[in-house]
Amino acid sequence: MAKTESTFKNMVLSLTLISLGASASLGFVYELTKEPIALSALNKKLNAIREVVPEFNNNPDEEMFRLATGEGDSLDIFPAKKDGEIVGYAVNTYTNKGFSGYINLIAGFKPDGTIINISVLQQKETPGLGTKMADPGFKDQFIDKNPSEFQLKVRKDGGPVDAITAATISSRAFCDAVQRAYNTLEKGGLK
Amino acid sequence: MSQLQNFTKGFFKENPILVLVLGTCPTLATTSSALNGMGMGIATTFVLIGSNVVISLLSGVIPDKVRIPAFIVIIASFVTIVDLVMQAYVPSLYETLGIFIPLIVVNCIVLGRAEAFASKNSVLSSFIDGLGMGLGFTMALGIMGSFREMVGSGSIFGYKFISGDGILVFILAPGAFWVLGYLIAIINRLKRT
Repeated sequence: MAKTESTFKNMVLSLTLISLGASASLGFVYELTKEPIALSALNKKLNAIREVVPEFNNNPDEEMFRLATGEGDSLDIFPAKKDGEIVGYAVNTYTNKGFSGYINLIAGFKPDGTIINISVLQQKETPGLGTKMADPGFKDQFIDKNPSEFQLKVRKDGGPVDAITAATISSRAFCDAVQRAYNTLEKGGLK
Repeated sequence: MSQLQNFTKGFFKENPILVLVLGTCPTLATTSSALNGMGMGIATTFVLIGSNVVISLLSGVIPDKVRIPAFIVIIASFVTIVDLVMQAYVPSLYETLGIFIPLIVVNCIVLGRAEAFASKNSVLSSFIDGLGMGLGFTMALGIMGSFREMVGSGSIFGYKFISGDGILVFILAPGAFWVLGYLIAIINRLKRT
């Protein structure tokens, strides 16, 4: 097959056609994957809520409300209710102090402010090091602790939290996110 | 060259990582566990096959002077497709690989095969070349990932076989350089005999 000559018209035409074809196929795939992506994100959120609060029988996602953090931002709070009575709050909290920036956690609190459990939704920490924050070995030390007496600080900063080996920054960020969730609940008068 | 040779050259003779030493950035970064390495390899394989086939189909109509931008548009489309599909169906793997999926666009292997092979060969040969190169890449990443995971965190494909931590440095950046360096050394030694 003879090569198309590199005239101005040919170049513009071929690039335009290729871009058109590319955008059409991308639009098609986007439509195709839009629902599964939204669904997997929702499932992940509901599973995470289930993991961090006691058994509930309402739909926390529908009863979600927002509380201001006092830092010009707000957090999503998912109230978990059993027969109309609040058994816990799942707080979708975050920090920007991770080793690779943004970390998204969901933390469950009893109505008195005690931590029930914590689940990591999104993080970009170093695989094998900072990612260990999602492992029970690290996060289980927060369970059943009340941040009003349990300082959310790693040992290096004078607190009681055992940092992950070689991932002190990630551990600190984790504490920061949980602290933000607790402060927000406290400010909202919910604990 | 027969199609079989065309396929197998990606594994040893022209293995993109161990012999051509292309695309080392994602190699070093994503091989901290066997699953991550293989996942990255398979995603790249898909992009390689797709872009090789389309570029070889279009090679006659793309004018020479704009071939690189044309190739990049085609490659970027395939990468975005992989990105969306992974996000929809394997969200956990998508999250661990993170930025390295979009970065397949600038992986030299993909553009390298497009320029050096797909634009000069038939569709079938290009398909087989993409498959061979991709699987060779996956194999190299799999070996590196397995080794680093075994030594570094004492597990394989997420199953722990020792309690506690391994030799942490192997899942950090220096470990990646060591393992890649020794693998290349071994391959070079094997090739001499």
